[in-house]
Amino acid sequence: MSVFDGLRFRRVSSPIHVLDPRIKFLYVCSIFVVAIIFWELLPLLILFLMQIPFVLLARVQKEWVRSLRGAAFLAAIIFSTNIIFRFIYANYTLTAHDIEYASAMMLRFVVLVESFSIFFLTTSPDHLGLALEQSHVPYEFCFAFTTAVRFVPVLADEAQTIMDAQKSRGLELEKGNFLKRVRNYIPILIPLIISAIRRSLELAEAMESRAWGAIEKRTNLYILKIRKADYLLILISILILIVGVYIKFYVFVPSFSDFLGL
Amino acid sequence: MIEVEDVHFTYPIGVEALKGVSLTIKDGEFIAIMGQNGAGKTTLIKHFNGLLKPTKGEVLVDGVNTKNTSVAKLARNVGFVFQNPDNQLFCETVEEEVAFALKNFGFKETTWKKRVTWALNLLGLTEYRKTSPFMLSGGERKRVALASVLAWNPKVVAMDEPTIGQDYQQKEILRQFIIQLNTQGKTVVVVTHDVEFVAECNPRVILMSEGKIVADGVGNKVLTDVDRLTQASIVPPQITQIFMRLADFGLPVDVIDIYEAREILLKRLGKK
Repeated sequence: MSVFDGLRFRRVSSPIHVLDPRIKFLYVCSIFVVAIIFWELLPLLILFLMQIPFVLLARVQKEWVRSLRGAAFLAAIIFSTNIIFRFIYANYTLTAHDIEYASAMMLRFVVLVESFSIFFLTTSPDHLGLALEQSHVPYEFCFAFTTAVRFVPVLADEAQTIMDAQKSRGLELEKGNFLKRVRNYIPILIPLIISAIRRSLELAEAMESRAWGAIEKRTNLYILKIRKADYLLILISILILIVGVYIKFYVFVPSFSDFLGL
Repeated sequence: MIEVEDVHFTYPIGVEALKGVSLTIKDGEFIAIMGQNGAGKTTLIKHFNGLLKPTKGEVLVDGVNTKNTSVAKLARNVGFVFQNPDNQLFCETVEEEVAFALKNFGFKETTWKKRVTWALNLLGLTEYRKTSPFMLSGGERKRVALASVLAWNPKVVAMDEPTIGQDYQQKEILRQFIIQLNTQGKTVVVVTHDVEFVAECNPRVILMSEGKIVADGVGNKVLTDVDRLTQASIVPPQITQIFMRLADFGLPVDVIDIYEAREILLKRLGKK
C-alpha cells in the first residue's frame, strides 16, 4: 500500500499547494512527455533532479520518499528485466552501455512516478474536482471522481478494522498455499463490499436530501484563477518541453559510459 | 491474567494513542474502560489479543508476551467482540458464522457442531440458525457477533462498545448476560461511554484520558469522583448527580446503585 501512501493528499500550505491544479497537470504532462522521448541516462537524471526543488518547496519530502520507496520494487523489476534481455540479446555479454540503458529505463519509470506523486501530494481532491468542473467536464463525472478519491482512505481504514475483526476470530491470512491464501481474503472482502454498497446508498440518500441535482447550473464557492505563479509554471512547463524536444532532435546527448571511457 | 507494563503505542501515521499505560487484570475480573473519544480505550484492548503490539513496554497474557505471539494464538484465550458486527459477518447462515472461528481454531466437526448449538442457545438465536445474518436486525446481528466469539469459550471476553445502538431492553439483557458470564468465572472487559450501564453493573472502572489511565478503582468510587470524571469527559450517573445535590441534607455522595439509593432514601424518610 505504500505506493498509494505517496499519492495521499495532506493539507499543507505551500507555494506549490496553492497553484492551479490545471497548470500543475500541464507541468506533469510536459515532464511526462520529455521523460518518454529520451532513452539516455543524462537527461532523465536531470529531469529527476529538477523535481527535488518542487518537493522541498511543497514540504512533502517524507511522503514523496515513501512513494519512491513504494515504486522501488517495480523499478528493480524494470532494471533487472532490461539487464537480462540485453544480456541474452548480446550473446551473454554485458557492457557499461547496457547497464546505463537499464538504469535509464528504471529512472524513466521513477521520474513518472515521482511527478505524479508530486501532483497528487500537492493537490487536494476538492481542487482536482474543481479543476475538472472548470474544464467543462460534466458535474456528475467530477462528483463521482472526487467521491471515489475521497473514500479511498475511509475504505482502507475499514478494511483494516475488518481484518482485525477476522484475525480476532482466528483467521490467519498468511497461512496455506497460494489458493488458500486467496480464499483467506473472502471473509475480508464480503463485509467490505457490503459496507461499501450500504455506504453508497446512504450517501445517495444524504445527497438527495441536500438537493443534489436540483439546479442545472451550479455555482461554486471557489473559482480557480490563474495567477502570476501559475503563469511562471506554464512558462517553465513549455520551456521544459521545448528544450527537451530541441535537445532530442538537434543536440547529441553524451552517454556516461563514453564520457568515463568505459 | 493480563499484565500491561508501561505500554506506549504510536500509530504509523504518527499519533501517539497510548502514553505509558500500566494495568493488571486478574482472572475473573469485570472491568469497564471509559473515557472520551480518542482516549485510547480501543487501542488499549486491541493489545490484549495482539492485534496491536506495543511500541514500547510489554503486554503479558498469562505470562506470554504478545510481541512474539500471533493473534490467532492469543485470540484462543482472549475473545474480542468488535463494535460493529458488520465488520465481521460474511457467511450465508448464522450457523456458519458462529462456526467460522471454531473451524479456524481447529475444533473437530462433532465438537464445533455442539459448540454452535450451545452458543446460539445461549444468546437466544436458535431460531435463526439457518437464516442469513444480513437479514437480521442490528441487535440480533450484534448477538450473532457475540455468539461467534463466545462459541470457542475464551477465558477473557473484551467488548468494544457493546451497548451502542441497542434499545433499553437489549441493554438490560446484555447486562444480565455479562454479569452471568462474569459469575461463571470469565474475565470481562467492556469499553463503553454508557455511564448508566456501567453504574448498573458496578464493575472495576478504569478512566482514560489522552492515552493515560487517570483513575482505576471500584465503580462507586471512580464514578463519583467528579474531578477525574470531568478530566475524562464523563458525567456521573444520574443517581449520583441527585445525591450530590442533596449532600447538604447529609446524604452520601458515592451512591451509583438505584437499589442502594432507594434504601437510603427510605431510611431518611422514616419509612424503615
